[in-house]
Amino acid sequence: MKVPILRLGRILLTSVLADLVDEQAVQLQSEILALIRDDRADGVVIDISGLDVVDSYIARLLNETASMVRIIGGEAVLTGMQPLVALTLVEMGRETLDMQTALDLEAGVAVLNNLIAAKGQPPTIAAPHVDT
Amino acid sequence: MNRTLVIECRIVRELDVAEARRHAKQMAESLRFKTVRVYRLITAVSELACNLCFHASDGGVVRLSTIDMDGTSGIEVVAEDDGPGIADLALAMRDGYSTIGGLGSGLPGTQRLMDDFAIWSERGRGTRVTAVIWNR
Repeated sequence: MKVPILRLGRILLTSVLADLVDEQAVQLQSEILALIRDDRADGVVIDISGLDVVDSYIARLLNETASMVRIIGGEAVLTGMQPLVALTLVEMGRETLDMQTALDLEAGVAVLNNLIAAKGQPPTIAAPHVDT
Repeated sequence: MNRTLVIECRIVRELDVAEARRHAKQMAESLRFKTVRVYRLITAVSELACNLCFHASDGGVVRLSTIDMDGTSGIEVVAEDDGPGIADLALAMRDGYSTIGGLGSGLPGTQRLMDDFAIWSERGRGTRVTAVIWNR
């Protein structure tokens, strides 16, 4: 079964409901990357409100996905983590998740838009000063 | 201490991990564990079962037992395989160490989530992790 990826303007939305098996995860990752590159999407919101366990394997997978997206120039935001999952994850160890997060899908879209907007403004380069 | 084996789950594929987790959740809920402790248990079971999937060549078994000591109930998780064994146990228990590009928080994380934790491993013979969480 494929994990569906939806599109909202230039943003991709995906929801990890049941536990991903390895092949599904790899498929999801490559699909996100392809959509960002080929279809000019700016980033992805990954919702995990349906997960009641985030173990170190899932955490690694999410981290990996986020860095892949960032490497090709996109942004990724994780949303919807259940409070008890967050609690357990923190108890389990430090620094297990290394990506932008937001409370829910709506907030996630806002965070992602901000990230994209902040990146979208190219640094102003001062015109070279020419002595006359 | 009384121990009653409730279920033995053979773990070969990733789908088996979900099955073990489901049984663990059922057990903890029927023993009326606090929700926080249910989540700790299922996360630990997930870690241990995933280890069997990814590290042991032919998978392994997860045995879930209810235990009782002086009127306090608990759940014991035993994850066992006859895989390659762990070369350096101290290293495997260290945060951030992984041989397969993982986060390296699986075993130390499990130890933190559970109340009691013991690990045995011998090169070429296998690995056994025993972890207990009490209902308190």
